[in-house]
Amino acid sequence: MATIEISDALLVQNYIAGNENALATLIKRHESKIYGFIYSKISDRDISNDIFQDTFMKVIKTLKTNSYNEEGKFLPWVMRISHNLIIDHFRKNKKMPMFRETEEFSIFSIMSDDVMTVENKIIADQVETDLKKLIEELPNDQKEVLVMRMYQDMSFKEISETTGVSINTALGRMRYALMNLRKVIDKHQIILTN
Amino acid sequence: MAKIYSKKNALAKEMKPKQEVVSFLLSYSKALHILKLDNKNFEFIAN
Repeated sequence: MATIEISDALLVQNYIAGNENALATLIKRHESKIYGFIYSKISDRDISNDIFQDTFMKVIKTLKTNSYNEEGKFLPWVMRISHNLIIDHFRKNKKMPMFRETEEFSIFSIMSDDVMTVENKIIADQVETDLKKLIEELPNDQKEVLVMRMYQDMSFKEISETTGVSINTALGRMRYALMNLRKVIDKHQIILTN
Repeated sequence: MAKIYSKKNALAKEMKPKQEVVSFLLSYSKALHILKLDNKNFEFIAN
């Protein structure tokens, strides 16, 4: 049997007219999208729940005072409210912890520059080149799996589908590839760190 | 059976707020009455 979904606009109208069940339907219909949106910005479940709650408290107040005039665009309107509350949250939490330099504590121990120095960049490039040469020495089946996993970021399921072997075989080849690489690195005492 | 070692999709799980939050909102909505008088809103929360 086909079910007819009542539109958001009609549910809003029903709610304003006093039907509390309409609100439950609206929340159930959109909770996942709205909560997901908040969580994507906040990354904390508790705070996301608080903002979700504040968002709908605003929605309820606005609807009950008949101030809502965006008929048919309920979800974007609620999203905008939650977006504003997210911005408020970040503004409130802008305060940074203060550190003072003492004899035991150097401020530079927590301040670092992520940008590589020229020297580090040369070393990283050299390590990358050495590693590529070592990978070239691996048997073809092992090399294929390692390159797909590490350089093409494929999952073992995708690798098994592409190469036509089982996942377990692909895992085994990866394991042997790493073991062989370690052996060669140990044998020739190659240093692959920055 | 072979295990699948592929990465789990982080978005696969549906995100939902806590049930208590939804219950609170529904109760809040039922309890809240707003009275408009001369451009001023008076909020009443029924116990």
